[in-house]
Amino acid sequence: MSQVRLAGTGMTSFGSHPDRTGRDMFAEAGLAALEDAGVPAADVDELFYGNFVGTLSEEQGHQGPLMAEALGTTAPSRRIESACASSGLAVRDAVRAIRSGEADVVVAGGMERMTNMGTAGATKGLAGAADDLYEVRSGVTFPGAYALMARAYFDEYGGTHEDLAHIAVKNHDNALVNDHAHLQQEITVEDALEAPEIASPFTLYDSCPISDGASALVLASPEYADEHDLEASVAITGAGHGGDTMALHDRQSLSKTPATREAAEEAYDDADIEPSDVAIAEVHDCFTIAEVLALEALGLYSYGEAIGAARRGETRRDGDLPVNLSGGLKAKGHPVGATGAAQVAAIATLLDGTHPRADAVSDDATIGVAQNAGGTVASATVHVLEVMD
Amino acid sequence: MTDVTNGEYDAFLEALAEGEGYYLTCENDHGLLPPRRACPHCGDRDLTERDLPQSGEIVTHTTVFVPTPQFEDDAPYVTAVVDFDGVRLTGIVRGIEQADVAIGDRVTATVESNETDSEQTIVFRPAE
Repeated sequence: MSQVRLAGTGMTSFGSHPDRTGRDMFAEAGLAALEDAGVPAADVDELFYGNFVGTLSEEQGHQGPLMAEALGTTAPSRRIESACASSGLAVRDAVRAIRSGEADVVVAGGMERMTNMGTAGATKGLAGAADDLYEVRSGVTFPGAYALMARAYFDEYGGTHEDLAHIAVKNHDNALVNDHAHLQQEITVEDALEAPEIASPFTLYDSCPISDGASALVLASPEYADEHDLEASVAITGAGHGGDTMALHDRQSLSKTPATREAAEEAYDDADIEPSDVAIAEVHDCFTIAEVLALEALGLYSYGEAIGAARRGETRRDGDLPVNLSGGLKAKGHPVGATGAAQVAAIATLLDGTHPRADAVSDDATIGVAQNAGGTVASATVHVLEVMD
Repeated sequence: MTDVTNGEYDAFLEALAEGEGYYLTCENDHGLLPPRRACPHCGDRDLTERDLPQSGEIVTHTTVFVPTPQFEDDAPYVTAVVDFDGVRLTGIVRGIEQADVAIGDRVTATVESNETDSEQTIVFRPAE
């Protein structure tokens, strides 16, 4: 399929910004992306905006036009809600809009404001990503749902909490130079193992933080990019989207995430690549086990093999396949609706050399993937990014 | 939340509380909980009721220390997914020491109030 050029990226720092409005955060990210792209707001054909709990946290519906306004345009817009995959879906739909020929320039991104809800409010809001009748009424929390998957994985393939702790240590370490990251704090395996329990086998350091923030991308058709002489050396060459049942208990396996597998196969086929072509990955590590599940569903590891990848060093930044060089959701933070687009921005800037961890990317690396997941992976998107010649 | 009814799901909970639990199954034997009009796995709409087996086996579990507000007074509590030979349910485990809950434990399913706001919740207890 045709390439969609990634002309600009922008993001706020991720962290605790309870006093900032959503529109202000999205304005910061979106205007930075437009400036980075060198594209005027007047040229934006459409806005695809991801957001999860905005109707709860700000009591504000109909956020699409609000966020377009914040960028200085009344271009058509929509808010896309798909839990933690909201802005992965925004990117997915933005790519479609350009490929269909109906749009030349689109902004895709997202925003989440969560810390103003408090831990209890945010825990309740996040639980909305699970099935309310079948799971939430049975006491399932969001960390609890992934803990159920982690224990099922250990039972099927083996693995320990210490294996998971190595993932947390790696991602915290990657975020140390990322000034946009929520947590710039070095931790040890012992810190992770001895932290307060959240939902067994998870402790605090298996979980991403509750964050506020926004991210935005400017995507352009190759024709527009060439005509306007945009500096857009990275393109989205593959996109995929997969689905599954909401409730874990309705799935055949609790230790696999077929929605990611489905999205990956579609995206690789779209880009005409193989998993072995992938040099770097940003995956949806809302909880440490989620990085394992993602790497296996992406075909970067066989089932049962990714649990030890961080411990063995393979996915660390000096390993063969650096994963979550941005710090991942784990340390960069997880403002839910902003995460998917932020992952794509991370891969783009790692590939074009402008990310603070770009020095960990080998010179001959040209292909990266971003995997975004909603709920317990009832939704998943995968995007393939490539450096253009 | 207690003044909200959820139609067929609440009817299912009432039946389960009275020891008359049931589930739905499609022509391809996919086991489902109500309310369903179609099987999510195969699209079949000819769903029939079957009796829920008396006991099932824990397939995974977690002890939740940080709850949602509706389970604030229950924490820490154990949530488990239990396989009833054809259908799986998610609920809270009671009657087993939390540290002793294990995959493979056989349990029965019933409905009890949670400790926070008396909301009716699926509860698993050890099978005799």
